[in-house]
Amino acid sequence: MSETEQEIKEKTNALLTKWKSKRGALIMALHEIQGVFGYVPWEAMEVTSRELGIPMARIYAVLTFYNYFKLNAPGKVIVSVCDGTACHIKGAPDIIEGFQRCLNIKDGETTDDGMFHLQIVRCLGCCGLAPVVVINGKTYGKTVATDVPKMVNEWRQKMAEA
Amino acid sequence: MIKLRIDGVDIEVPEGTTILDAAKKIQVEIPTLCYHPDLHPRASCGICVVKVNGKMLRACCTPAEEGMDIITRDPEIIETRRTILKLELSHHPNECLTCIRNECCELQSLASTFGLRERTFKNIIPSKEEMPADDSTKCIVLDPRKCILCGRCVEVCQTIQNVWALAFLDRSIDTHVAPAGDLPLADTPCIKCGQCTAHCPTGALSEYDNSEEVWNMLQNPEYHTVVQIAPAVRVSLGEAFGLEPGTVTTGKIYAALRRLGFKAIFDTNFGADVTIMEEGSEFIERFTKGNGVLPMITSCCPAWVDYMEKFYPDMIPHFSSCKSPHAIVGALAKTYYADKIGIDAGKIKVVSVMPCTAKKFEVIRSKEMFSSGYQDVDVSLTTREIARMIKQAGIDFVNLPEECADNPLGEYTGAGTVFGFSGGVMEAALRTVHYLVTGKEMDEKDLEIKPILGIEKGIKEMTMNLNGKEVRIAVAHGTGNVGEVLNRVREALEKGEEPPYHFIEVMACNGGCIGGGGQPRGVTNEVRMARMKGLMCDDKHSEFRCSHQNPDVQKLYKDFLGAPLSNKSHHLLHTHYEPIPLYKHHPALKK
Repeated sequence: MSETEQEIKEKTNALLTKWKSKRGALIMALHEIQGVFGYVPWEAMEVTSRELGIPMARIYAVLTFYNYFKLNAPGKVIVSVCDGTACHIKGAPDIIEGFQRCLNIKDGETTDDGMFHLQIVRCLGCCGLAPVVVINGKTYGKTVATDVPKMVNEWRQKMAEA
Repeated sequence: MIKLRIDGVDIEVPEGTTILDAAKKIQVEIPTLCYHPDLHPRASCGICVVKVNGKMLRACCTPAEEGMDIITRDPEIIETRRTILKLELSHHPNECLTCIRNECCELQSLASTFGLRERTFKNIIPSKEEMPADDSTKCIVLDPRKCILCGRCVEVCQTIQNVWALAFLDRSIDTHVAPAGDLPLADTPCIKCGQCTAHCPTGALSEYDNSEEVWNMLQNPEYHTVVQIAPAVRVSLGEAFGLEPGTVTTGKIYAALRRLGFKAIFDTNFGADVTIMEEGSEFIERFTKGNGVLPMITSCCPAWVDYMEKFYPDMIPHFSSCKSPHAIVGALAKTYYADKIGIDAGKIKVVSVMPCTAKKFEVIRSKEMFSSGYQDVDVSLTTREIARMIKQAGIDFVNLPEECADNPLGEYTGAGTVFGFSGGVMEAALRTVHYLVTGKEMDEKDLEIKPILGIEKGIKEMTMNLNGKEVRIAVAHGTGNVGEVLNRVREALEKGEEPPYHFIEVMACNGGCIGGGGQPRGVTNEVRMARMKGLMCDDKHSEFRCSHQNPDVQKLYKDFLGAPLSNKSHHLLHTHYEPIPLYKHHPALKK
């Protein structure tokens, strides 16, 4: 579900009420915004800037400093490729490259259509299945690079049907 | 007082003195790179390390303490400084020869002083394609590849100017200085004041260079290219040729410009005199006749205009509608002057030499900047650009004879020249307003209006008696100081109370145009003071010291404009303002 600009502004405005009178509230407010939208939209930054009296440059500096914050809506299909030690040795870099090429995005990015989000994660705790890929909760074990297009197609179809 | 020992020499310094400043007292110049006397020390580079009781500390941000035993130089300290420089060079492009800061770069001179002959560490230098320069404002160029992350620009943009166009984004090896959203500067709150370019130690932030365009104009036989110089340029240009800050070189500048090939040499000070006639009359309209809102705020600083349109759009009705002096000279050059010499205005090209980067944007900022039917001012150069052009032409500036400016836009009064420093526009305005309201000239001893002169205080206030009526005045310089003044006005207006001021002068840069973003680098408060004194001296030695006494201004009104605020004046010499959003559009965000 994605909100319109107006909805983002209204929701942000509402949740900022309790932070207005508090000093040093910026990071907590941004956490809450990300909790609501899944990321921190530019419109929400603008509302935060106005309501808390903090320049956009400061807000944006904070958002880009902390890895936790996301500036874009995460994709509907989240592809997590493990690059922990075992997966790395078993060929995870090829899998990562496969997804990057197939989806034309890099680690941490979302496809232009908002469908796929690629993230590299560390150990998922099932090293016996290395290299491991998890897509929206479904685990794929002992993957090889040629599986990548199949996985992508499978999820494209699923999302089209849904 | 605190007693300490530096390099074996016992000295006493006042409490709060840094080790860096204490060392200067015994002729020790500790090298610095990120430090700038205008700004709070960020201590980001580490080049100023010294040993305090055996421990390495940064001299720029460590206060001297009682009993400290400091060593500023030993082989280990020198080696540390060299290592810091080597690390800096590992991510700095090797493009000195083609860099705008060649021979005037602080990193380059340190590398030279410390005798670095090779790049020891592996280079991590992005290509120009990977990290393109941002010249979107056509005033300021941000080349992130040359940035050493010292933080001076961020400090000046955020703390001194309160603009917040620039910030440190990302972290670790990805850290860079850029506007929010990595937007082009032209789409951000940037007011083009250029203070970042005046403070940057390297070529990462510099003026947008229009000198080639001017050379081409001068070469084109079709064009009749004329030039004007701003008040503050005459007391700073000499610095580029080894003269002391504040040396008044007006006559030499006229001579140099004539030798460069300009067909007529005009002076923005003439425009300043006209500004006073218009703005002074506008103030009287508002103050004595109640036509328009009070306080009235001056509008000759384009960075300030940009700031107000972005940060205080509700104050637009308070702005004087009068154009800035160089815009006035531009408009008059393509109308009044064109008529006089019988040249088609389309063939006239007007070049302004300004202490300012924002003037480059001002020349196209609204349709009123085309009031002559053409772009009134074609190009605006900074002091730094004209200095380079004079050097390129091989002109021995220091030994030039003094020459005069040309008619009819060249004669000026002392009031025109004081426009160059904070408080000067107000002073010039009050000299003429006093005459226009009371019918009497001000006493010569009162012409210098002391309470609003000087650069120590960011906000200066005074009241003046005008025919029994009190005029409350405020003068602010450095946009970071403006908020306080405007918020007082806003509060009073919101409460329906009488505003605390009638007349407010604002200049965006610290000290006014003498400290402008396009001036020769290395500005400190001492340099600002010297330049200001130069202009005050120019004023004192002027035959006329009030704008309304300028015979050529009187002639202009008699022959051409009619009277101040006439229809013709309004068409050519006035402008309007519109609110501008801080951010013009949403960036494409990646993360």
